[in-house]
Amino acid sequence: MSSRARKQPLGLQILIYGFAGLWLIMAAFPFLWTAWGSFKVELDFFSIADWTYALTGERTKAEYGSPFTDAGYKGAWIQESFYRNVINTFIICFFVVCTSLTIGTLGGYALSRSNYRYTFILLITALIFRAMPPITLVAGYMLPFFQWNVWGLMPTTIIVLVAINQPFTLWMLHSFFQNIPKELDESAKVDGCTQFQAFRHVIIPVMWPGVITTGLFSFLLAYNDFAVTAMLLSEENRTMVPQVAAFLGTTYTEGNIMFAVASVVSATAPLFILVMFFQRQIVSGLTQGAVKG
Amino acid sequence: MRHSTFFWFFLPTAAAMLLFIAFPILSVVMQSIYAPHSAVLIEVETCTPLVGCTMETTVDQEATAALRASEPLGRFVGLDIFFDRGHLAVSEVAGMWRDTATWSGFVEGLSNLPFYRAMAFTLTFTFVVTPAVIIFGLLIALAVNSLHAWLKGLVIFFSLLPFVVTPLIGALVLFWMIDSRGILGTALQWLVSDPDLSLKASTGLMWISLIVYGIWHAAPFAFVIFYAGLQTLPMDQIEAAEIDGATRLQRIRYVVIPHLMPLVTFVALIQLMDNFRVFEPIVGFNAAAHATSISWFIFNDLGGETRQLSSASASSVLTIIGVSILLLPVLVRTWNDFKGKT
Repeated sequence: MSSRARKQPLGLQILIYGFAGLWLIMAAFPFLWTAWGSFKVELDFFSIADWTYALTGERTKAEYGSPFTDAGYKGAWIQESFYRNVINTFIICFFVVCTSLTIGTLGGYALSRSNYRYTFILLITALIFRAMPPITLVAGYMLPFFQWNVWGLMPTTIIVLVAINQPFTLWMLHSFFQNIPKELDESAKVDGCTQFQAFRHVIIPVMWPGVITTGLFSFLLAYNDFAVTAMLLSEENRTMVPQVAAFLGTTYTEGNIMFAVASVVSATAPLFILVMFFQRQIVSGLTQGAVKG
Repeated sequence: MRHSTFFWFFLPTAAAMLLFIAFPILSVVMQSIYAPHSAVLIEVETCTPLVGCTMETTVDQEATAALRASEPLGRFVGLDIFFDRGHLAVSEVAGMWRDTATWSGFVEGLSNLPFYRAMAFTLTFTFVVTPAVIIFGLLIALAVNSLHAWLKGLVIFFSLLPFVVTPLIGALVLFWMIDSRGILGTALQWLVSDPDLSLKASTGLMWISLIVYGIWHAAPFAFVIFYAGLQTLPMDQIEAAEIDGATRLQRIRYVVIPHLMPLVTFVALIQLMDNFRVFEPIVGFNAAAHATSISWFIFNDLGGETRQLSSASASSVLTIIGVSILLLPVLVRTWNDFKGKT
């Protein structure tokens, strides 16, 4: 592999390293900057006097005696009870991931093991559903949900998010299942298993990598959703993202923007950890769809 | 797999998608052609001695309730909502077509109509961000691919962040930096030596900021996919090309890019779908005064005190039509491929 095709002149190498470095800064710097700034007061985070205040925290020092303060976090988590939104987010994400994986593996397995024409039609329908912006569906939920008195509840939102995730989950699991040789469940059936037993005892045990990757993406879709959660959850059931948006509505007038900054950093932290531990799965999940689809 | 087994395996997911994706689409279509009943008004004459008689208009509660109960869908209005001023504004457009002599005047008139404004931004965003993401992602992938192995992991880790992070939160992080008091805002003011420069104040600059956000957010997606594609490059072809005297650029142009072409199609498809629904950055950038998208339009109708379901539904139906038009070429191709296979 390390043939002459790989050898590069020095100028090109500098260009490549420069470009990669530039991209690295573009990708990482905004988050580091905001995380650093979240421990400052607003006059440092948005510094009119001197931009270096954001680094050194002059005003924060003047106000709290140290260049770092947890005032923003205290304000958001305790005063504005952001912890409740965090709990709501994790409840919703947990149930969305579990439910969509359960019904998604069943459906994806069936799609990968059937050769009739309708499997293709179902997959294309799922693709069309995947293309529908979730916000267009929300207009359709409102009226029935108000009538049945289920608007604003967490279970309602969980079911809606599961359904919206399904097309994507199906595609992904379908392609994972296709990589598992059919002989495996055929031979189980020859030994007397029913299709479901073959699925449960033979396929699922070798499927864990695919299931975990798909679960990660289900989690991200639920965690990152704004359109559905903002519209379908009542105020006390709100998740983090709509709560951040709600902070903006009130804090711009109150001048307490640091609450929003602190909650933004708090909401980014779990994703940061997720990428750290599951980088390989996320990359393989992204490419899985591309190679197959 | 037998049909009945397939049915039972597929039933839960089919039920979820039918109830919460297919039915809502139908109900959105229904809502867009029915408007809610307005209250039934009656005129009552009240006479008081000495003062005389006055006519008063009041709401007939009973009749209103009866009307709403008898026709729960509302008043059938056909395509009126689609054609009103808030959506396609047919009569306004026709009027302008008649009255304005120049093309630029007509376009300017169109840009005063809210739906066409939203449409203009949505389409601009979609068709600028999608190709830019593909090119930028490809460049990053080519650069990262020739880095040292231990650097690759680091770059990939940080690259994933803008893509994985919640769109609204990513938009806010950037928005706070480009604020005139934020670091990028200050840097820009210094660069153009204009201390009053504010990205928030001008429509053009706001559009550019939103597009830059869009590229920043989606480039990692394209990068990861192209990077994976580069790992399966046909080395023998590259070496053959080199022996034949192809330069580095020619090798990329004639070997690498054709190899990545299926991936480019895939990224383009996903990006078209996702960019067409652009919405969170507009909320995050607080940009509604300068740029609105169709999704933002729906969100705005649905939120607030008066939930304007009919108006939101009409915009939703128009969005769905837009998405279908975008997807149609891909669907036709996939269908033909499938037919060719069987």
